[in-house]
Amino acid sequence: MEKRVVFNNRWLPYLLVAPQLLVTLVFFFWPAGQAIYQSAFIPDPFGLSTRFVGFGNFEYLFGNRYYRESFLTTAVFSVLVTVSSMSLALWLAVLADRVIKGSGAYRTLLIWPYAVAPAIAGVLWLFMFNPFTGIIAWMLGQMGYTWNHTLDGGQAMALVVAASAWKQISYNFLFFLAGLQAIPKSVIEAAAIDGASFWRRFWTIVFPLLSPTTFFLLVVNVIYAFFDTFGVIHTITKGGPEQSTTILVYKVFSDGFVGQDLGSSAAQSVVLLVLVTILTVVQFRFIERRVHY
Amino acid sequence: MADIKLEAIRKSYGRAEVIHGIDAEIADGEFIVIVGPSGCGKSTLLRMVAGLETITSGDIRIGGRVVNKLEPRERDIAMVFQNYALYPHMSVFDNMAYGLKIANVPKPEIAERVAEAARMLELEPYLDRKPRQLSGGQRQRVAMGRAIVRKPAVFLFDEPLSNLDAKLRVQMRLEIKALQRKLGITALYVTHDQVEAMTLADRMIVMNAGVAEQIGAPLEVYANPATLFVAGFIGSPPMNVIRQEIRPGRAALAPGAVIGVRPEHIDLVVPGAGLIDFDVGFCEPLGAETLVHGTTDAGDSLVVRIDGETPLPEAGTRIGLEIDPARILTFDPDGRRAGG
Repeated sequence: MEKRVVFNNRWLPYLLVAPQLLVTLVFFFWPAGQAIYQSAFIPDPFGLSTRFVGFGNFEYLFGNRYYRESFLTTAVFSVLVTVSSMSLALWLAVLADRVIKGSGAYRTLLIWPYAVAPAIAGVLWLFMFNPFTGIIAWMLGQMGYTWNHTLDGGQAMALVVAASAWKQISYNFLFFLAGLQAIPKSVIEAAAIDGASFWRRFWTIVFPLLSPTTFFLLVVNVIYAFFDTFGVIHTITKGGPEQSTTILVYKVFSDGFVGQDLGSSAAQSVVLLVLVTILTVVQFRFIERRVHY
Repeated sequence: MADIKLEAIRKSYGRAEVIHGIDAEIADGEFIVIVGPSGCGKSTLLRMVAGLETITSGDIRIGGRVVNKLEPRERDIAMVFQNYALYPHMSVFDNMAYGLKIANVPKPEIAERVAEAARMLELEPYLDRKPRQLSGGQRQRVAMGRAIVRKPAVFLFDEPLSNLDAKLRVQMRLEIKALQRKLGITALYVTHDQVEAMTLADRMIVMNAGVAEQIGAPLEVYANPATLFVAGFIGSPPMNVIRQEIRPGRAALAPGAVIGVRPEHIDLVVPGAGLIDFDVGFCEPLGAETLVHGTTDAGDSLVVRIDGETPLPEAGTRIGLEIDPARILTFDPDGRRAGG
């Protein structure tokens, strides 16, 4: 049953939502509006005048091979980050859920990486994998594997995926653990008595009952991979080598603030905005159907 | 179908022992109720039989086989939980079929067995529904259905009726009993409700603080409680406890010893004509019977059960209590029944 709050004062409810609305207006709608507006103009190199070009920026963008490749890079990157961080987090949460002694310590340790800023996480991984001084790069070298993510696009991708996923595991872990603990113990016990082995219980009872959490995390992780991984990529690879780790959001930055092509950058922002909106709608329309609330 | 033997069962959590050695033999097809107050260890005992709790020491045998180390699924048992523990994402049909699917029972046979159970429990119209679309009583039936389709050797019930309202509880109590009789499957039933225990049990195990105080048929336990705890726990209102010898021609009780009398074994007479007098405090007319509460001069609170049509004694009046000395039980200071 839905509980509704009744306010006696007409203006109080508006006052209460005003701060949230204000933040959304100033930090989302205004910049988004600016991006849409600017995407129809090209400024001159010194930013003294702008020329209206209509959809010219978009036409140029989709005719550009690097931009089209960036789509593929983004797809590979976000699928890898989402799948690896969610599956590892689920695995850790299932294990942590079974721990009885010292569970507090395990959980705290597993949640810690979330407190690390993306850029710092990037630097940490960069230190370990630096081709010349990194300890893991050195160990790989000892085993006969040459690690140089500044030359090898595949290695660069692996490294930014690992760093981004690692950073997000804590967040996913926290939600998965809470989700697991919300499943009544007796339901699991009933399944055990019904003859289901641990894995059978997991796939037929636990995983379906966890699906609201999994769905929520899927949406959040895709958005994370699209936007919040900027700091990781900027510190580790700067989009390179040869644009192999230039995801869409990084390209917005590098074309706009490094390449000084503000019109194109704005157009890319608009494309990204539309893309993420479509993705989220698709997730809600087609995946949410399989969620058991 | 199988018999169950509990041999010196103990359970400790760390250093705290919660079950202090329980022995019981349960015959094939018997309905045993484990009854006791909250925290007496009755659910823990049941969960040890189910395999959901480890056994610290002792042996549990089901059908002659020691099951101490076996997983729940290897014990051939079915359990009904207090909160029903239905699978919320599955239909009623799938809830009941889950165990059979895991056991690789052929599909036509699953359909047949679920249909049979649904017919027995009057669940046929609800097979496609999800548990959240059912009432409490219907969920309870689904939990029962899930247990019976598997045709286990032993049924385990963990307070299955305590989430139902009073009327439904009485109805389901009768149904559970009838179903168990019909299927002839050994049942172990845990409850804190002594009425449920009295009505369902072939024999009951009265537990208190991790110890089986008495094992016996309900009426036997009622008439001959082995300890003061059992005397107080079984029967409502509980047995009266009098801390002085009232039988004529007897030596005074040892310090700490008491005598006990059931409320229905006392008749009201004029003051001085009975074994003891008491001052009436208040009456509870229940229709068929009336409970008269009062206090003796020594300060013992007593309850007398009288016929509902007898005129109510006024509060404050002094009344004599006539008791058949043969109905009086004596308990030693340690709470055990005394010889005489």
